[in-house]
This record gives sequence, C-alpha cells and structure tokens, in this order.
Amino acid sequence: MRPFEYARAGDPADAVARFRPGTMYLGGGTNLVDLMRLGVAEPEFLVDVSRLPLDRIEPDGDGLRVGAAVRNSDLGAHPLVRERYPMLARAVLAGASGQIRNMATVGGNLLQRTRCPYFQDVSKPCNKRQPGSGCPAIGGDHSNLAILGHSPACVATHPSDMAVALAALDARVHVTGPGGDRVIPMPGLHRLPGDEPERDTVVEPGELVTAVHLPAPPPGASHYRKVRERASFAFALMSIAAALDVAADGTVRDCRIALGAVAHAPWRCERAERALRGAPAGEESFTRAAEAELEQARPLPRNAHKVPLARNLIVRTLLELAP
Amino acid sequence: MEITLRVNGSRRTVEVDPRVSLLDLLRERLGLTGSKKGCDHGQCGACTMLIDGRRANACLALAVAQDGSDITTVEGLADGDRPHPLQAAFIEHDAFQCGYCTPGQLCSAAGMLAEGGPSAVTEDLAGDPALTAEEIRERMSGNLCRCGAYPNIVTAIAEVAR
Repeated sequence: MRPFEYARAGDPADAVARFRPGTMYLGGGTNLVDLMRLGVAEPEFLVDVSRLPLDRIEPDGDGLRVGAAVRNSDLGAHPLVRERYPMLARAVLAGASGQIRNMATVGGNLLQRTRCPYFQDVSKPCNKRQPGSGCPAIGGDHSNLAILGHSPACVATHPSDMAVALAALDARVHVTGPGGDRVIPMPGLHRLPGDEPERDTVVEPGELVTAVHLPAPPPGASHYRKVRERASFAFALMSIAAALDVAADGTVRDCRIALGAVAHAPWRCERAERALRGAPAGEESFTRAAEAELEQARPLPRNAHKVPLARNLIVRTLLELAP
Repeated sequence: MEITLRVNGSRRTVEVDPRVSLLDLLRERLGLTGSKKGCDHGQCGACTMLIDGRRANACLALAVAQDGSDITTVEGLADGDRPHPLQAAFIEHDAFQCGYCTPGQLCSAAGMLAEGGPSAVTEDLAGDPALTAEEIRERMSGNLCRCGAYPNIVTAIAEVAR
C-alpha cells in the first residue's frame, strides 16, 4: 500500500476544506481499504468522514432523511425503513455480511466501485482504472457483466444492492462541495460509461455525500429480490427492486422497476413502467413490459443468459406483487 | 500517528503508520494473536472482532481510524478463567476442526447475538425473529469455515441463543 496522510474531519465543511487533488474521503473503508491494498486506489490523503454527525435517520416531510454516515446495518434495522420502505430494508439486508454492514456507510455504499475482475487486478488493462489502456473484459470473462447501457470502453456493472432500491424509490442524494450544496436525483447519480468509464458517478472531485432523502414510498406492494450464486454473502448475478399499484378494475395504476447488476448504474426500467401503466395486471402485460425494456439489451457473447434472466425476474416479481 | 484504544479493557496508546490495519496492529504490535488473518479482504471473517461492541472485519479497518474505540478480541471474551458461554458451547458441541476460523466465529457470534432485527431470510420484516438454524446460518455467513464445521457451529450458537 502506498503511503498516505490521514486526518479525521470534524464536520462536512471541514472535510471539504481539507480536500486537495489526491484526496479521498474514507467512510467504513470496506471497499476503499481493500482497493488500496490491491493497488487499485492510491490516495495521497485520506479524510475520514465516517464519524461525522451524519448518522441519523429522521422523518422529513412525508419521507425520510438518511445521513450519509448511517451504517448499512442501522439502515436495514430501522423501524421506519422496515415499515415504509421494505424494498430498501430487504436490499440492504441482502448485501454483504453482518460484519461489513456494521462498517459500511450509506455514502460509501453509493460510491463503491465495480467488482469487475479486471478493474480489481492491476496486472490487467482497464479503461476504468487506467483510461485508454483497453477493456479485456469485452473479449474475456464478462459472464456477469453488463447487458444494458455499456460502451466499447467498459462493460462493468455497479455492485450495490441498496442503490437499486434507491433508484426505484426516486431517492435524492444530497452533496456538499467546494461549489456549495446540491441535490442529485437517484437514477442519475450513477453514469453510463460512454467514453469516460473512469467516472462512476456525476459527483465532482471534492464533493461529499451528506444525506439521502427518500420521498413518500410508492403505493402498492413492493419487493427486492436478489439472484446470486450462493444463498448469502455474494454479489448479485442480478437483482430487482419493484413496486406495483393495481387499481380496483385490475389495471396497473403505477409501478416502479429497477434492475441491479445489469449496467454501469442501477437500471430504472422506464420503458417497462410506461408499457405497464394502464395495462391489465397479469402475466401477459408483465411479459410484454419486460420485453419492451429488454429490446435495448446488447448482450456480450458470454452473458446472453442475463437477458432471459432479467425477463423472468421482472415477470415473476410482478406476478408476486399483483393482488 | 499516535492513537489510543481500549483493548479488552486496557488502555493502549501506540504510534502507528496510517497504512496499518487494526488486525495487524493487534497481532504484530500488541501481541494479541488470537484474531486470525485469513483472506485480508473482508471475505472470510477470521479477523472478526468487536469495535465499540459491534462485530467488524479488522483487516478492513485502518488502525488510525479506530482512535478512541473500544476493541474486544477473542482474548477478551472470557471472564477471567470462566470461558464465555459461546466458548463453552463450541467445546461442548465440537464446533471446530482446525480452529483457525474459531476466534472470528466466536466474536462474530457474540456480536450477532446482540444485534436483533430481521435478516435476509426473515419472512416478516416487522419483528425480531427467533434465531432458528436458518437465521443463524444467514447471520453468520460472513464467517467461513474451510473444515466445514458449520453444523456444530450452528448448534453451539443456537444453544447460547436460547
């Protein structure tokens, strides 16, 4: 690990004031410390924001405000999250292990890096780690990488479970930085790779996530489902956060669908949602909606199985949510 | 950098390089070799200890970031000569083979029993479910045992959970 300086910030303004090129903010460290040990991240200065007074979960209007330093375990266990945002509680509980959830923060969970094997291996080229060096995943092991929104430069996926639920819930991410405070709506925090795969999000250098605001929960039933290679403590092969509100006449009044592990960002299924609104809540509509979304899928030679997986995951989850 | 920790009840002030993990500090500098280094990536749980009462992977915790924290390692679980109930149950139920993962299993179980709330396998998010074997397996999934002593580990923890 390369030598670095360390300082503990007293408040968010202090953290931002300490930022200079080569600085990274340290939350729980469950991803960053590992990346530093692997040589993938080489900060010159770590500003520790894990103990900032951003650790509260509070009602905010008809929604909820979650501080960026809230631990994942406290988010998943909070009574208001369990009662009003079950898909978020389920997503958080499906992530990592008890130990890691105790350490990992909400801000760090959002800004964690991809687990693409080439990104994590400094002996390999990677456009995300070293822009312009190439993407060996495209001709190599991409069986668990993107089918949607990828580019010739990068086929990585975002690994978070929590972020998939936040994308479905229309969460807003509050950041503070050298240019002041701003609010970033949640599908929109994470970027698609394009020709700048080194940029995971629209967060600018020096900006610090301070909170996540959840608007009122969507009406109807909701769920988070995760498909993985073993029953626990594994990243998703694919996941879905979905909510379905069905009117008395059996038609879909509203719905939310977001997929995880299919793209460089949590993938909000806007085409499927549009196709579903007003349609009868049943298998035929659900299948048509899933297919409308997946028309834009561009699977790679070794991950074509993820297209039917996505279709089946959408249809099966909506069937479970339908009355 | 100088940091102060409370380790198993004793105040310890040490000078550390910012790169040093909490695990390496305790094992290499403070002589507490009970916590084990398995993967050093947060994937195996052998280094699990309690930081301010909560279980954590000490390999992913920078020592400098723990300044002011209260640390409990496997050496601090027993009450003098009286083993912790989990230690007694692990012996009673033969919950290990080689023993390398055991300190992490014990600290993880101690932290887990204090946590409560639902898990990924809990049907009803509203309540605190009973710690069935299925719940224990899910909640302990951050601790690997390459000898495969899982059935007896679950039995030992279930006995203490009752």
